[in-house]
Amino acid sequence: MKTESSAKPYINPYIGGIFLGIVLFAAYYLTGNGLGASGALSRLQIFILDLFASSHVDRVAYFAEKGGGPLIAIDNSSVLMLAGTFLGGMISGLINRRFRLETRRGPQITDRQRWIFAFIGGAIMGYAARLARGCTSGQALSGGAVLSAGSWAFMLCVFAGGYMLAWFVRRLWQ
Amino acid sequence: MAPYDAMIYGKLAGYAIYLAIGIGFGMALEMSGFGDSRRLAAQFYLTDMRVLKVMFTAIIVAMLLIFVFWSFGWLNFDNVWVNHTIIWPQIVGGLLLGVGFIIGGFCPGTSLVAASTLKIDGIFFVLGVLFGVYLLGETLSIPAMNMFYNAGDYGRLTLPTLFGLGAGPVVVLVIFMALFMFYGAGICEKYFGEKIPWKDISLNPLKHIHPAFAGVLILLALVILVKGEPSLQDRWNMLPAAERQKIENRDVYIHPAELLAVMNNFQLKARILDLRGQSDFNTFNILSSVNEPAETINRHDLIDSLRKEAPNTVIVLVSNDEKAATETYRLLKVNGVQNLYMLEGGINNWIGVFGADKTVAVKKDAVVPGSDSMAYTFTRAYGSTLPLSNPIGDHGEQPDIKYVKKVKLQLKVAKSGGCG
Repeated sequence: MKTESSAKPYINPYIGGIFLGIVLFAAYYLTGNGLGASGALSRLQIFILDLFASSHVDRVAYFAEKGGGPLIAIDNSSVLMLAGTFLGGMISGLINRRFRLETRRGPQITDRQRWIFAFIGGAIMGYAARLARGCTSGQALSGGAVLSAGSWAFMLCVFAGGYMLAWFVRRLWQ
Repeated sequence: MAPYDAMIYGKLAGYAIYLAIGIGFGMALEMSGFGDSRRLAAQFYLTDMRVLKVMFTAIIVAMLLIFVFWSFGWLNFDNVWVNHTIIWPQIVGGLLLGVGFIIGGFCPGTSLVAASTLKIDGIFFVLGVLFGVYLLGETLSIPAMNMFYNAGDYGRLTLPTLFGLGAGPVVVLVIFMALFMFYGAGICEKYFGEKIPWKDISLNPLKHIHPAFAGVLILLALVILVKGEPSLQDRWNMLPAAERQKIENRDVYIHPAELLAVMNNFQLKARILDLRGQSDFNTFNILSSVNEPAETINRHDLIDSLRKEAPNTVIVLVSNDEKAATETYRLLKVNGVQNLYMLEGGINNWIGVFGADKTVAVKKDAVVPGSDSMAYTFTRAYGSTLPLSNPIGDHGEQPDIKYVKKVKLQLKVAKSGGCG
């Protein structure tokens, strides 16, 4: 693909990891908390729901806690981190010429199939991440660095779940 | 003292700090290739081990920095948020997350980065996540689901606590495990990714991991191992001065009559921990107190249950005088226990204030001050059967004793993780 050839290659994973680790440490040092994404996405979802079905948000405990009554679900520091993550990705994508409308998929499926599976996978992951109190960033990465027992159990389960299913869905990627 | 709470600089500045951290996070993810679903999925076919390398490098780098800073007293780990262990939803959530990962090709953070660089699959994934978090909120209204959501709650539980090792040994083990995984990842990429025949792959670890990188990691881990964790005294000194002065100002030593009032106030719950040995406890104790000898108080289950007490609970530590109570107070305080007090003058003062009948207890002639031993000799072991264990009148009236009220209940500050 032409898009591939003009984009700059990704950096050495260990260098990327060191950079990510320093950002994670900075988060702990400056805020006492780690990194995260799914919590803020949950807030964004509650905010959107609040626009259309405000009374429903007030009735469901999980939503009301963050967006009930006069609360504005997205008025929270985690949402700023989410916005930053989006911006940071965009900045790096622009600098490295990877900012391009395209679909990344395995060779055996169509774009449309890839989009459907992305949505289904996203839904499963969104559900699972809130169930486990965090996603790969909030639990595995952040909890892993502070040696939280539950986060390490979570991380092992993520890899176990992925490897168990990988063979069955190999057509998606290979 | 780090960690800082970014929000103390005002909402605007605080939000700016979070935004900046987010930008760093997004850049790190994108630069590492996490905006590409194929590379992420490749992790599960062992052809490209980028996910494992980046993630574990980030975890161990942050871990080393956090624990080095803690060893040297530059960061108070007791105030760092540690994700609570709620084991059953974490196990099931983890497995499901892995399933979502291999089907969808992203995790929430990486999908954002993909969406921000206009990857359409990333945009669909983000929409899927929004739908998934919505479904969770709805299904949590089902009582059985809600029970499962909180099943196996161990609170703040770290691997060093779980294994009964210090932070140092655990850090060293994690580093060696990570290096071993990097080594395995290097071989996997050659074999599965580049399809190099097995016999042509070098098994020399230094061909797969940069020696300088491995050396620095091991060195930092050894620094943490040798320097060790801060002592209880050091951890106490890391607390805010106002917190420490409460002992010097005696704000947390409550008069026996105040304890009696708290015990008999039906709006409050008094949780009285008697820190003395079993024989002293059996000889005489305050009604409803529980024997928790000071030597064995440092247990995760106990400390966690104290941290989880309702905000109307007053926790009171009791020893014969104040020595064991004060030491235990410090230990519990650095571990984040709230609404914690001590009985002023201990059991000896309690007996002195409320007065023991000469037929049951006689004051000893000489007790070494500060020895934390009982100053009375009881005629036999009374436990909490004497009126002295709860000296109120027949109709619940309190004795007419003047004291300075010191108990001030603090509403707990709900701290939660960035992702939580």
